[in-house]
Amino acid sequence: MTRLDDGALSRLRAAVREPDLSRTKYRLAGVAGTGGMGTVYVVEDTELKRRVALKVIDVPDAGIEARLRREAQVLARLEHPGIVPVHDVGSLPDGRAFYTMKWVQGDRLDRALARPLPLAERLRLFLRIAEAVAFAHAQGVLHRDLKPENVMVGAFGEVLVLDWGLAKVLGDGELLPVRDTGESAVLGTAGFMSPEQQSGGSAGVDARTDVYSLGALLRWMAADHSPAALRGIIAKAIAERQDDRYPDIPSLAQDVSRLLDGKAVSAYRETFFDRAVRVAKRHRIAIGIVLTYLAGRALIFLFTGR
Amino acid sequence: MDLVRGFPPTRHSALVSVRSADATERARGLATLSSVYWRPVYSYLRFRWRRPHEDAADLAQEFFTELVENDLLSRFDPSRARLRTYLRVCIDGLVSNHDKAAGRQKRGGGVEPVPFDFEDAREELERVADTVQSPESLFEKQWARGVFATALRRLRDACAQAGKAGHYALLEQYDLDDARPTYAELAQRFGIAVTDVTNRLFRVRRELRHVVLEVLRELTASEEEFLEEARALLGEDAA
Repeated sequence: MTRLDDGALSRLRAAVREPDLSRTKYRLAGVAGTGGMGTVYVVEDTELKRRVALKVIDVPDAGIEARLRREAQVLARLEHPGIVPVHDVGSLPDGRAFYTMKWVQGDRLDRALARPLPLAERLRLFLRIAEAVAFAHAQGVLHRDLKPENVMVGAFGEVLVLDWGLAKVLGDGELLPVRDTGESAVLGTAGFMSPEQQSGGSAGVDARTDVYSLGALLRWMAADHSPAALRGIIAKAIAERQDDRYPDIPSLAQDVSRLLDGKAVSAYRETFFDRAVRVAKRHRIAIGIVLTYLAGRALIFLFTGR
Repeated sequence: MDLVRGFPPTRHSALVSVRSADATERARGLATLSSVYWRPVYSYLRFRWRRPHEDAADLAQEFFTELVENDLLSRFDPSRARLRTYLRVCIDGLVSNHDKAAGRQKRGGGVEPVPFDFEDAREELERVADTVQSPESLFEKQWARGVFATALRRLRDACAQAGKAGHYALLEQYDLDDARPTYAELAQRFGIAVTDVTNRLFRVRRELRHVVLEVLRELTASEEEFLEEARALLGEDAA
């Protein structure tokens, strides 16, 4: 028998993970990615003649299967351009649960921002992410796992928030069947997870939990070039105490919008100098015209004495 | 139609069989257990305990003998540790006791030596020695290799028995060879249509999944442990 080197082992793993699409209308076209409970494949819907993404769990596990189905149900109730639409849910002939969704062509945010992009563009991207999450909140759904890997940026700058596997539907109680870890399960991703999530369980988790994660995301997106007002916004969004954060995402988004428009933000108390610089930047065209005019007049005065 | 119709029905846990009073059943359990674990055990002895090839091969044989003779699995509690962790602890105990003894006495006790190719394992280890992160991670990787190797052997035998050796040959050439051929090349080699290549590959891979999960079931004592092992082997975090 051929020796199983690392390459063969990796190919065998991929082969064994492959979904059984026999007796379904889907045909395998490729692998889109892994993570968040299973693998996402690109498949051809042979009836509608289009490509869709098919997410399937890798191993038979009732807990993960329930989470996958629940994620599909959550997505189905969130019809928004910033949230990937789900098409179908069911079980494959090999018994594994799956759902299909729109196939999004683009880059994950962490890869999209690996390229240089001006801060204003980054902030506009952030606002589109915040808008999608705010919509979900309005429908009573918290994401609970916002991070760069869970945001897709399309070819035209459109943004899609993915991976709602840890979402919590407010009012439904804790419905996610998480694996028993002996204590309350910690859900989320380090670096973007709020203190209340890190302490385990879902007690105390509310809209401000996603505000925290969005704040951490904003900090990550702004990278090294944060002006003082942006640092103030980030600091308020990721405050340790929930009461010190923005009460909801629209408040956070409003501050970011105001920053983009060159207006004062609620999270940062300006000095006189800050205010002068901000106003100067905001009205730089008008100021430029006036200064040009004054300089012209001065030159005319200098040479003509009039 | 199932590719490998006549494939033996789901077998009993090898962990139970190894402890059986019935010699045939015990031998069957040991065969499964050792077929998956001989390479991890040998590698662990080489890297964790720095044993030379000859010693490591002898100790690996001795380890499987002890496993049966001293009923080591009677103390295995799946709720406290994974089997792989437990086996490593047993190996540590074996080496430590062995070192205390003045001289090694090979034991037999009616347990047949494990018929595995330690020479091949030695060559492989010497090739990858520089990239090994830790004896434990090597043990994990060799375990995954052992599960797939065992499943492939079973699949090959079952395919041959079902008169479908060609299906297995397709898998071997497509998934095991580093120079992966195209479907068209395979079609030409096997004198079949490209659609037959894809259909047969699909069926044989589906069967491989079935056999891999079956091997994992045999090597675990509970549903929870089985799921843990399946996640470790096939899940997103698999090495």
